Amino acid sequence: MALLDVIDLVVEFPSRRGVLRALDNISFSISEGEILGVVGESGAGKSLTGAAIIGLLEPPGRIGGGQILFDGKRIDRLTSEQMRPLRGKQIGAIFQDPLTTLNPLISVGRQLTETMQTHLKLTDREARARAVKWLEEVGIPGAAERVNAYPHEFSGGMRQRVVIALALCAEPRLVIADEPTTALDVSIQAQIIALLKNLTQSHGTSVMLVTHDMGVIAETASRVAVMYAGRIAEIGPVRDIVLTPSHPYTEGLMGSIPALDVRVDRLRQIDGAMPRLTAIPRGCAFNPRCGKTIERCFVERPDLMPAGPTQAACWVTAETNS
Amino acid sequence: MRSVLEAIEVSRHFDVSRPPLQRLLSGEGRRTLRAVDGISFDISAGTTLSLVGESGCGKSTVARLAVGLWTPTEGEIRFEGHPLSSARAQPAMRRKMNMIFQDPYASLNPRWRVRDIVAEPIRAFKILSGAKTIADRVAQLLTQVGLSAADGEKFPHEFSGGQRQRISIARALSSEPEFLVCDEPTSALDVSVQAQILNLMRDLQQNLGLTYLFISHNLSVVRHMSDRLGVMYLGRIVEQGPGEDIFRTPRHPYTRMLLDAIPDISMVARQRTPVGGEVPSPIAPPPGCTFHPRCPLANARCRVEKPMQTKIGDVLVACHAVQEGRSA
Repeated sequence: MALLDVIDLVVEFPSRRGVLRALDNISFSISEGEILGVVGESGAGKSLTGAAIIGLLEPPGRIGGGQILFDGKRIDRLTSEQMRPLRGKQIGAIFQDPLTTLNPLISVGRQLTETMQTHLKLTDREARARAVKWLEEVGIPGAAERVNAYPHEFSGGMRQRVVIALALCAEPRLVIADEPTTALDVSIQAQIIALLKNLTQSHGTSVMLVTHDMGVIAETASRVAVMYAGRIAEIGPVRDIVLTPSHPYTEGLMGSIPALDVRVDRLRQIDGAMPRLTAIPRGCAFNPRCGKTIERCFVERPDLMPAGPTQAACWVTAETNS
Repeated sequence: MRSVLEAIEVSRHFDVSRPPLQRLLSGEGRRTLRAVDGISFDISAGTTLSLVGESGCGKSTVARLAVGLWTPTEGEIRFEGHPLSSARAQPAMRRKMNMIFQDPYASLNPRWRVRDIVAEPIRAFKILSGAKTIADRVAQLLTQVGLSAADGEKFPHEFSGGQRQRISIARALSSEPEFLVCDEPTSALDVSVQAQILNLMRDLQQNLGLTYLFISHNLSVVRHMSDRLGVMYLGRIVEQGPGEDIFRTPRHPYTRMLLDAIPDISMVARQRTPVGGEVPSPIAPPPGCTFHPRCPLANARCRVEKPMQTKIGDVLVACHAVQEGRSA
């Protein structure tokens, strides 16, 4: 059974010029222990999806429809009071910038014990011992001494390790990691990804990994959702999405990434840019940039339809398959 | 081949000492940050030299040295055979070099119309005269970078990141340069837009015979763009040579580490051994080879003696282990 079920989720922002739909009928699920990657360009709605699940939508943003089920129970209508015991305990979060996530005035040990004692019944001594254990587990050298250090005494990579420890220390069942490695250098990025992958595997935690870096997804995730203009364009196993994509957007996206092992003369490019929320074209949102359009693409919006091993929201793919 | 830009043993140091009174009270000396520490390279006409490395390795300092925004503390940079300082003093030479910056949001004046932004170098260098001629040239430049002539009337905020980077490129081309320094031109952009800009830059290079110094931290982008490649670590070039050679057989342990570390889409569900350690502070770099604390091949010699560059085939490598044949 799925740990997280998102069904027809709509997130909207009321504005003077009417209601903007930032997420439009998003549906996906994450099973126990699975890593789901969510990719897409800036503004596609990746981070918003994460924020909606954990109940951290910034007003005036609101959930305008659909359901979010966590372990079979609806969590999209909880008040922030009701949501609080869930956050951290059941659903953890890792954000992009480790410096703004940590409180600069409180030692990292205190931040860890505070989180653990909020959610778990632990004495001060137990909590402290566990804080040291967590710092060791995320690979901070000299954890016993550094537990009293403040965030500014750590480097960027080390801070992100602390943030990971903080997200995992109450042993949540799902972690939403929003661009956890984007602010880091490549060699550090690899360490953090490996750490996140190993820790969540050994603790059986499910992960929703939001990133714009296809390389990170390819190495970490088991399934991938590709988002475009507030909708899921394609979702499926990582291998199929990367190697044999069905949706023309996924195909373009994969072709536009320069690869390390082969050198091509020209990269495949998708002309144009993603439409703004105020000007989403009729029919399929990708139609102005798509090279394969048929008549139906301009009138009717495609939903996710089975396309081989993946599901793609594309009329052309659906037609060739049937 | 004719060399466009040549750097000979160039260093750039920054004084990061505390104020004199505090130094006097705490009894500590001056501190210098060696951002760039004795690097040499040579870029031939019509080719691209890329510099890669992690943050703080001195890539952007090299970019600024190459266009004369900073002067070297030691060593010399020569542009088309002339010392850079004298070349910069002559407008006719100075206009032959230009720069594209990383952040397309910060590098365009928000209060100027695009046509004025693009026309500024034309006016400053008095390349063309007459409002009509300049307007025609601006329109031509905008079309060349994939925008429309009518876009000249707009302001920068009306464009997306990728389009703004196109405006930056149009501005850089307006002085009819031969040499462009591109400091992370695509790292602020989404991948599909990045591909558009990289393709544009290569087309322009082919059509106009441009020479690029390309700075990036993204190895796959660098592989796509470069003829020659320099890998930087803590202010030094540790390996340099033809891009294909380095990607096929990386020799320096740092280059190998970087190549292993990069998440790549061709590596679906790859299991890997992550590399440990972080880049040390350039204010107090480790003695000997600066990479030794993170290097799997380091021995006693690496901890004391700075490795010099040795030539293997077409590639220059600064590593004791490679030199002694311990790296295999």
